[in-house]
Amino acid sequence: METVGKSFTRVDARGKVTGEAKYTNDLMPKDALWAKVVRSTIANGVVKAIDISEAEKVPGVVKIVTCFDVPDIQFPTAGHPWSVEAAHQDVPDRKLLNTRVRQWGDEIAAVVAKDNVAAERAARLIKVEYEEYEPIVTIEEALSEGATPLHPDIRKDNIFVHTSFKTSPDFDYDEAKKRAIEEYGEENLIEVSETLRTPRIAHCHIEVCTSWAYVDTNGKVTVVASTQIPHIMRRVIAQALGWPVGKVRVIKPYIGGGFGNKQDVIDEPLNAYLSIACGGRCVCLELSREECVSQTRTRHACKGVLRGLATKDGKLLAREGDIYTNKGAYASHGHAITAGITTNFKDIMHDEYGCRSDGYSVYTSSAVAGAMRAYGVPQAAFLADCLTDDLCAKGGFDPLKFRMDNCVPPGFVASNGITYYSYSLKECMKRGAEFIHWDEKRRAYANQTGPVRHGVGMSIFMYKVGVYPISLETSSARMILNQDGSIQVELSATEIGQGADTVFSQMAAETTGITMDKVYIISTQDTDVAPFDTGAYASRQSFVTGKAVKKCALELRARILDYASYMLGRPAEELMIWQNNICEKIHTGDAAEGTLHGDGTLQGDGPEASVCAAGTGTGNQAAGEAAENSAEANARKLAFGGSYIDNTRNDGSKGESAKYSAWLDGEVKEYDIHDLPNGEAAILRDTGVEKDVKPGKVLLSMQELAMNAFYSLDRSEHITAEVTNHCKENTFASGCCFVDLEVDMPLGKVKINNIINVHDSGTLLNPKLAEAQVHGGMSMGIGYALTEELLYDKTGRPLNANLLDFKIPTAMDVPELHVEFLEMDDPMGPYGNKALGEPPAIPVAPAIRNAILNATGVSMKEIPMTQQKLVAAFQEAGLI
Amino acid sequence: MFDIEGYYEAKSVEDAVRLLAEHEDAQIISGGTDVLVKLRDGKDAGGSLVSIHEIRELHGVRLQEDGTLEIGPATCFTDLTNDPLIRRYVPYLGEAVDTVGGPQVRNQGTIGGNVCNGATSADSAATLQTLNAVVVLQGTDGIRRVSVTEFYTGPGRTVRRHDEVCRAIEIRPEDYAGFTGCYMKYGKRAAMEIATLGCCVRVKLDQEGRTIKEARIGYGVAAPTPIRCPVTEAALAGCSVEDDRIYEMIDSGVLGEVRPRSSWRASKEFRMQLISEMARRALKEAIRRSLNGEAPGVAAQDGKGGDQAC
Repeated sequence: METVGKSFTRVDARGKVTGEAKYTNDLMPKDALWAKVVRSTIANGVVKAIDISEAEKVPGVVKIVTCFDVPDIQFPTAGHPWSVEAAHQDVPDRKLLNTRVRQWGDEIAAVVAKDNVAAERAARLIKVEYEEYEPIVTIEEALSEGATPLHPDIRKDNIFVHTSFKTSPDFDYDEAKKRAIEEYGEENLIEVSETLRTPRIAHCHIEVCTSWAYVDTNGKVTVVASTQIPHIMRRVIAQALGWPVGKVRVIKPYIGGGFGNKQDVIDEPLNAYLSIACGGRCVCLELSREECVSQTRTRHACKGVLRGLATKDGKLLAREGDIYTNKGAYASHGHAITAGITTNFKDIMHDEYGCRSDGYSVYTSSAVAGAMRAYGVPQAAFLADCLTDDLCAKGGFDPLKFRMDNCVPPGFVASNGITYYSYSLKECMKRGAEFIHWDEKRRAYANQTGPVRHGVGMSIFMYKVGVYPISLETSSARMILNQDGSIQVELSATEIGQGADTVFSQMAAETTGITMDKVYIISTQDTDVAPFDTGAYASRQSFVTGKAVKKCALELRARILDYASYMLGRPAEELMIWQNNICEKIHTGDAAEGTLHGDGTLQGDGPEASVCAAGTGTGNQAAGEAAENSAEANARKLAFGGSYIDNTRNDGSKGESAKYSAWLDGEVKEYDIHDLPNGEAAILRDTGVEKDVKPGKVLLSMQELAMNAFYSLDRSEHITAEVTNHCKENTFASGCCFVDLEVDMPLGKVKINNIINVHDSGTLLNPKLAEAQVHGGMSMGIGYALTEELLYDKTGRPLNANLLDFKIPTAMDVPELHVEFLEMDDPMGPYGNKALGEPPAIPVAPAIRNAILNATGVSMKEIPMTQQKLVAAFQEAGLI
Repeated sequence: MFDIEGYYEAKSVEDAVRLLAEHEDAQIISGGTDVLVKLRDGKDAGGSLVSIHEIRELHGVRLQEDGTLEIGPATCFTDLTNDPLIRRYVPYLGEAVDTVGGPQVRNQGTIGGNVCNGATSADSAATLQTLNAVVVLQGTDGIRRVSVTEFYTGPGRTVRRHDEVCRAIEIRPEDYAGFTGCYMKYGKRAAMEIATLGCCVRVKLDQEGRTIKEARIGYGVAAPTPIRCPVTEAALAGCSVEDDRIYEMIDSGVLGEVRPRSSWRASKEFRMQLISEMARRALKEAIRRSLNGEAPGVAAQDGKGGDQAC
């Protein structure tokens, strides 16, 4: 590929570095009114009365609305696509302002004034009378007998949803244990039973949640908002107001980070309502940092009651988990995240007899839990990988070997059909272990004494791409040819800092043949103009929206070539677009016959034939293992550190020569794509890259073509393309983290001396951006492991809802971060790519925890492993 | 926008004292790194501010005739850390204030504010305690000098009256000459941090470098106000630096002199562990610095930096 796979500078780099890029508040009209939300000062109860008489007297106050004034409409807030099946719709469990208070800081009134000072002064003067109930902040409190149900209209108690997943319907852990005793003898078994906990944390995006709203002259309420999901937000605002969707417009400018918090609708419907209540005047509602930390969304705190059983020679037999999550006061993303934790806990390891995982989403009177980077999988990885290492510690197994022997195998097919098409998890582990000098360090760190001890630890993960088949994946794209031969690309999968605009531009350039400097992506989404897409989440954009970009680019290319054919009087099939020119197409022969390089990459000799990213020499061993595994599961031959050669027919039918290749034992082997599970789906992929062709003589420039197309007196045609791609494919990404650290036990301080993430994310679209993405995720993982947790006092009031006391790592706390990728073409990805946005945050915390276990022998049962908790644990263990 | 009713720019210390006396709702602002944070929280909202930021005489570090170091309270942390007099005579004070927040905060926040806020967690507090620093206050009734060891009256409270402006912080030669020191800040992360505990240990050894002539131990956050540990200090005097029992003496000694509290930020038990461990480590470092010949003499006012013998 020419453009995809190269480290282009971000298309928004200049604007963001110079400060010229406009964010929501930069665009706000100067005469906008300011809103201030009045929040409850109790965690659980009912608002009986609100006295606004003093507040109304504050000069500059324009409007005060309370929970007694808003429409009696309950709405959901999740950034999920709408479901046409009622049973799968998100739960509408809140109003714009609520009389039933379900968390400290619940929204009960709002003041609109000429500036923030007047709004805040008035807000402080509002008097509220409550009927108070006991706060139920923790999972245990919410499930205790006699706890007030927070949503009696929806659920009889505080269990929002309970699901149970098993590897097979008849699996039972205790039965499996009986069988194991019979088969292996009790003395040959290792069992661990433990309760592990992960904390509630905040996203801490730099730009706070903010919006401004006004009613336009056409009667539409228009909300300019910092959001990941403009089209979903539009629908939710309409639901909340009881207005038709067409009367709502959402505009999303550049945004300063989201991490999932902005994959939810926060106060934007309220702001739309406030503007309407003020006669359509523009109202700005900017949350403070404190409100963002504790009153928007959080990562689910999680408790896992777990058991695991292995043989003494290191075979994992069975596991089970009862997993409870704290979902806070409102449904937000419903049970989706909890279900994700339980399935991922189950799937990441292969249990000989089986695994059961039950998930309970529990309403509590505390901050709402919603989407956050990697959507439950960091919790799943912590539960699964701590249990793994505790089994290893008890059984004396090497954690690396144990995972190699027992982790999710090549060719894995999840119960919902998601298939692991391009597998390199074991190879990732091998690379990570080599980098960290695993064997050498495990030996060196055995039997340490003294106050400062060293340890190495690891963790693994797998992550699906997007939400198909659990939910809808649909995406539209539009491309418009300009007079100078450049194009606009318009999408609604939003740039939120992850670099989506850049890689989409690369994709468009790759497939159209128009160069990057002539591809203009429109970063602002305006739901009145931008084609439909559900937005930025689930690490889906480069995969799901990427397919729409490719489809659209193919269509645009066909229209351009059709016009070229008219102008040149030659059949379109003889032409191609190459670097902004219409060229003759020259056939070169079979690209798959290309040269095999020493580094293991296969290179065809046609300019567009470089479809391979085969494994390197060091991959042989893992590839060999994979081959053995595949012999056991004949129908699951796949992904041996190899790549997929696309011989698909354009109509998507089963191609005779559909194959994929693997770098095995020093030679490239090919396998029939139809042997893949879901092989039917696999061959639907069309890279848009023509094989065995290269550009010949330049016949016409794009500019000449475009000028003619626009202004020809004979055939004027404005060349555009617009497509919808309904994505019905998925695959798994994976990877691991390895850490080498030291623990200063008397001070409870952990110093990371070396750390690496190794990722299996298919073909990289932009290696430099990919690496930066991993760096950010790793630093989040370090905070998750050691310092971050949102705390509450006994009354249910948040204690540390600010950036001083909620401890995200600073640049001084983050060591040099190392990243490696195992690039392998995935047959499902539009350009061989698969998820990378969220995964980097997943494996870091359990790897750090396991390294502390290796260093000190102390098995920490919860994160964050704060200094105080570590000191207490070391004291208890008699180490200090 | 901040909720501020009035803002007065004082031209001199006298002017500031007059403005404070005239406006009961007014408080002093210099760097604003604490005042503006509180205003933003709605505390003291609607009040007035008297700025001392533009009073030139309150900036910088000067040497008095007798070798006393006079620190202008409006000197920001960055300037203090980099000041040649501070680096030469009390480098551990510069190191202590270099742990405040991050670079932007240190370019803005001032040593006077750090002291006058009365916070036990102030990063300069433990060190100034061991220096017996003198706070010079000027009010309507004139100038008075108060030792920092008597300056604090409780958490966030000091003896400074509403109309009094801190016009200097003085460090006398007998409190720095011949001493080395080490400040250790304990935080939950390496920057942008409020101290979970601050510990400063300073020593003056005999000429052979064998015996501790004088030891001083100061803490922040080990009690509601910054404190010293006089009993342990006295016990260490006369001890040999080669005798490892001094480390046991300091870590058990200080535990009897501190009064840390449990809060959601840190438990008392955890703080006690840190209090002894940090004293031990800071003592070791202070002795190492002394043996390395880092103890200064008395500053001479000839401007050439020559020290007089002490």
